[in-house]
Amino acid sequence: MRLSKDFIKDYIDLSDISYQEVADKMVFAGNEYESIEPLCKAKGLIVGYVEECTKHENSDHLHICKVNLGNKTVQILCGAPNIKAKQKVIVAPVGATLPGGTIKKAKLAGMESNGMICSIAELGLESKYLTEEDTKGIHILGEDAKIGEDALHYLGFDDEIIDFELTADRADLLSIIGMAYEIGAIYNRKVKLPTITLHETKENMNDIMKLEVNTENCSIYLGKIVKNVEIKESPKFIKNRLMASGIRPINNVVDISNYVMLEYGQPLHFFDKDRLGDKIEVRMAKESETLTTLDGKERTLKTSDIVITDSKKAVALAGVMGGLETEIEKDTKNIFIEAAIFDPIHIRYTSKSILRSEASSRYEKGIDPSRTLLALNRACELLEQYANGEVCSGVLEYDKTNKQDKKIELSLEKINSVLGMNITKEEVSDILNRLGFEHQIKDNTFEVSVPTRRLDVNIKEDLIAEIGKIYGYNKVVGTLPTTPIKKGTYSKKRKLERDIRNRLCALGLKQVITYSLVSEKEIPLFHQKQKPVVLESPMSEDRKMMRQSLIPSLIHVYEYNIARNIHDISIFETGSVYYLEQEKYKEDMMLSGLMSGIYEENTWQNRNLKIDFYLVKGIIENLLIYLGFQNRYQFDIENLVAELHPGMSARIVIDKNPIGFIGRVHPSICKKEVYVFELNLQKILELKIKSIKFKEIPKFPSVKKDVAFIVNQKVNSKEIEEIIKKSGGRLLTNIDVFDVYVGENVGQDEKSIAYALTFSDPNRTLNDEEVTDIFEQIIKDVTTNLNAVLRNK
Amino acid sequence: MKEKVEALKQEIKESLKSVASVKELNDLKVKYLGKKGPINELTSMMKELSIEEKKEFGKILNELKNETNTLFEQTRKTLEEQELNKKLETEKIDITLPSTKLHIGGIHPLTKVIEEIEDLFISMGYDVVEGPEIEEDLYNFEKLNLPKGHPARDAQDSFYITEEMLLRTQTSPVQARTMDANLEKTPIRVICPGKVYRRDDDDATHSHQFTQIEGLVVGENINLSHLKGTLEEIAKKLFGSDREVRFRPSFFPFTEPSLEVDVSCFKCGGVGCSICKGTGWIEILGSGMVHPNVLRGCGYDPEKYTGFAFGIGPERVAMLKYGINDIRHFYTNDLRFLENFNRVEGSEEK
Repeated sequence: MRLSKDFIKDYIDLSDISYQEVADKMVFAGNEYESIEPLCKAKGLIVGYVEECTKHENSDHLHICKVNLGNKTVQILCGAPNIKAKQKVIVAPVGATLPGGTIKKAKLAGMESNGMICSIAELGLESKYLTEEDTKGIHILGEDAKIGEDALHYLGFDDEIIDFELTADRADLLSIIGMAYEIGAIYNRKVKLPTITLHETKENMNDIMKLEVNTENCSIYLGKIVKNVEIKESPKFIKNRLMASGIRPINNVVDISNYVMLEYGQPLHFFDKDRLGDKIEVRMAKESETLTTLDGKERTLKTSDIVITDSKKAVALAGVMGGLETEIEKDTKNIFIEAAIFDPIHIRYTSKSILRSEASSRYEKGIDPSRTLLALNRACELLEQYANGEVCSGVLEYDKTNKQDKKIELSLEKINSVLGMNITKEEVSDILNRLGFEHQIKDNTFEVSVPTRRLDVNIKEDLIAEIGKIYGYNKVVGTLPTTPIKKGTYSKKRKLERDIRNRLCALGLKQVITYSLVSEKEIPLFHQKQKPVVLESPMSEDRKMMRQSLIPSLIHVYEYNIARNIHDISIFETGSVYYLEQEKYKEDMMLSGLMSGIYEENTWQNRNLKIDFYLVKGIIENLLIYLGFQNRYQFDIENLVAELHPGMSARIVIDKNPIGFIGRVHPSICKKEVYVFELNLQKILELKIKSIKFKEIPKFPSVKKDVAFIVNQKVNSKEIEEIIKKSGGRLLTNIDVFDVYVGENVGQDEKSIAYALTFSDPNRTLNDEEVTDIFEQIIKDVTTNLNAVLRNK
Repeated sequence: MKEKVEALKQEIKESLKSVASVKELNDLKVKYLGKKGPINELTSMMKELSIEEKKEFGKILNELKNETNTLFEQTRKTLEEQELNKKLETEKIDITLPSTKLHIGGIHPLTKVIEEIEDLFISMGYDVVEGPEIEEDLYNFEKLNLPKGHPARDAQDSFYITEEMLLRTQTSPVQARTMDANLEKTPIRVICPGKVYRRDDDDATHSHQFTQIEGLVVGENINLSHLKGTLEEIAKKLFGSDREVRFRPSFFPFTEPSLEVDVSCFKCGGVGCSICKGTGWIEILGSGMVHPNVLRGCGYDPEKYTGFAFGIGPERVAMLKYGINDIRHFYTNDLRFLENFNRVEGSEEK
């Protein structure tokens, strides 16, 4: 809402207050503003009188003017076609500012020019307000302009505008009168309301027209006819105030309808009576009913649209847009004025699909029913005054509104207990008076009458908020609530996320956060198929569905960084994946990571540690051990993910529950070596973790034995280890692989794996013999079960 | 005899002076103290002496032996030290050559801010609770006093999945869920962090996905002063201990009164600068007293209970705190951006 200083001054006296201060005070009443600006950007313009005007000898368009500026006469060169002597003009003398810059003394075609004679277009009005005449030539001022006076003041362009960004509840502030009440409450000043006087004809409205309202979505419908209007330009003050309020002046009749809407917040609609007929019906639109709106578009209406009809067909979309057929034209003589209130929600739906206008946005927020008739009469009055209209007597009327003040009972104790302040009874009473809320005090309780204009004040708390705002929220002193002491907690899930983040960061990975919405083609990648969650109307193809894996997003991050020459990438994300399961929306917390490039870098010593499968596996093991799953996890090659390299991927299992995977991204997706992993945190959360218990440090020495087997390449180390473990029994306490060999010293399909075995007993020193026995048994079992050969050193 | 011993002593001392290595020293030791060495020779000459002379000479000889041994040990020590030093000298490396680079991991700046706020509230006895991102219209709007068709819904243009399901536009639905789930209707102190979504085109200041932290306290006699006190704690924690907080009335459907909260500018301290656009204050969050309709809708008697709620945007906090100028950085994950945050924060704590 743009609030013109010139407009508001008719309703409240602000002559002693700077407009900037008003704006700043309004902020602390909850009404923020975007800007405070003059209507015209030009400064320092004065009224000048062209005494002489002669053609420049060396120019085809320039004139040399002697211009009287009141205190002096200066020479100004002017190129406008309509420059003439003996007329008053707008002069930007040397030192004045126009939107284009500051005026300086200049030489044009060899002659000195001390300023500029201006057109309206040069003053810095918004271009949408400019007519052809404004841009064609210089503006000729009226005879009554005083030479030397401020030209913008004469034109009424010396206005200032605060552009408020109002909150959705303050429907009442979408009117100048509402603004006056608000500012009045802040400054404790009275509001001056217009007094309306009409000179009605004998002809009664109700004899000319009939009205039928057949929908609950119209609570009040009032109509009046004004005859024989003369359509012309509006008076200066109406035009200027409309422009200041952001509305383009059209002609006196259209302008008056907008002017009254600005004043009262009540939208009006003017119909050309002669093309309207004699009966108005308000109803809901019928299925596939059509209407050509005044923008020339034929629209197919919905049954949720409220329409005004001439009892046969729709002639206007109520509250949103008029129909083309009954529009006010240049030759319109008789006008039917509609002042009505329609249901906000229906208007909202209609305007959303058609047009959000000044009128519809007011309807959406709500209208004060006490002002409907006032606005109607005010429009008639202005049409009488500025369009020579003749107002018919009587009002076409349908009214189901309640115009009673709202009664709210509120105790002083309640006010202070919500605000945490100590406001006195007198202070509250004073604030209520300033707000214009009548009230009675009984003991410490206020019985408050809230006027209908305050649609936003309905309950005690609303009233408390009003009191707090006028009293000043800056007076609240902060304290902490005195509630019982208890420990704050976070969920197990939150804790797991934190533990994982901290660990992976310590291992050199960076946490990323990516978007949950992804494109359709990413949906099937890196996971078991689930039913996806799809947006009803996505903003773009790239953000259409809720992701089912974090990995495609991590690959995007990888590609983004690679494109910027960053090659060592170790990242992870914890976040939800989303899917539908038996018509229920599911969100599972996942951990995913991506690693590529070099993990530890030392090029000059030729000791770069490149990221490969085993390094990523190590990261996962490190994490799982940290999370308490030592000896409970395994890597196997069941149900491998299709988007991973089939020979370099594994499933991760804890206690037989598959909880994730690890592997190199399939070369068809990423050509370079990129490794990814995923752990389902939702599943990990369900697993129990044993509490930490100290295990006695071994007191007796252990015995180490090395052994190497030659096996077929297809045999996994894990298979060998399992046999070793089984044969080794209780005394075998550790197995390590210390060498893997493939090459000429073994057969073509063979490999050699060497193990370091550790034997120990917590209670005694082992003797050589028993260790040798077990060792022999291990060798025997491995060789027989896996067709392995013991490798001689 | 005595003279011989004295001469030998001198000779040994002299020859030790020119010894350059442990090996030479060992050779010299064999020469003088070995079986065929002069000291042994003198010892063997003892048999020819009288008892008296034996006694005297034996003593001298013993002294010579001990003294020689000591001399040799001292020399050995010195030599060994010299040799070690020489070895160390040859082992000297250029410590200015680059290190083995261990890539530094790091937590995302939004997580940093969220964890900082979580920790503060946990320390004040709040629970951290979470809710679904795919939310019911009922919780996202209706229970928050935003019925269908409410104009305030415009400010939160939503991603709907069906007519009744949407991606939550705020973390406030977790308020309603928490109150609903509390069957005994006992006092509540929670914060609810999480992701939210709005139909905004992504640009420097808008993101269709962002994070929020909702705070909710419900109890008997909870008032605005408590809200202010709590927000002062956040402001101090996030922006420095001498920060002040001010309220500006505003409108949110789920609170009444509703208040925007400004914090005194951490850059200029309130005199006005480019960060606070000359006002000395920076808007950081929205808050208010829980609307009685919300309390009632979730089973709390508004006559008995009051509450306050606030919602803070970690993106905004991080942008202010770290001077980040484009919200998209958080979701692009340029590693050069993330690297800024892979360290601890300087601490105000004493």
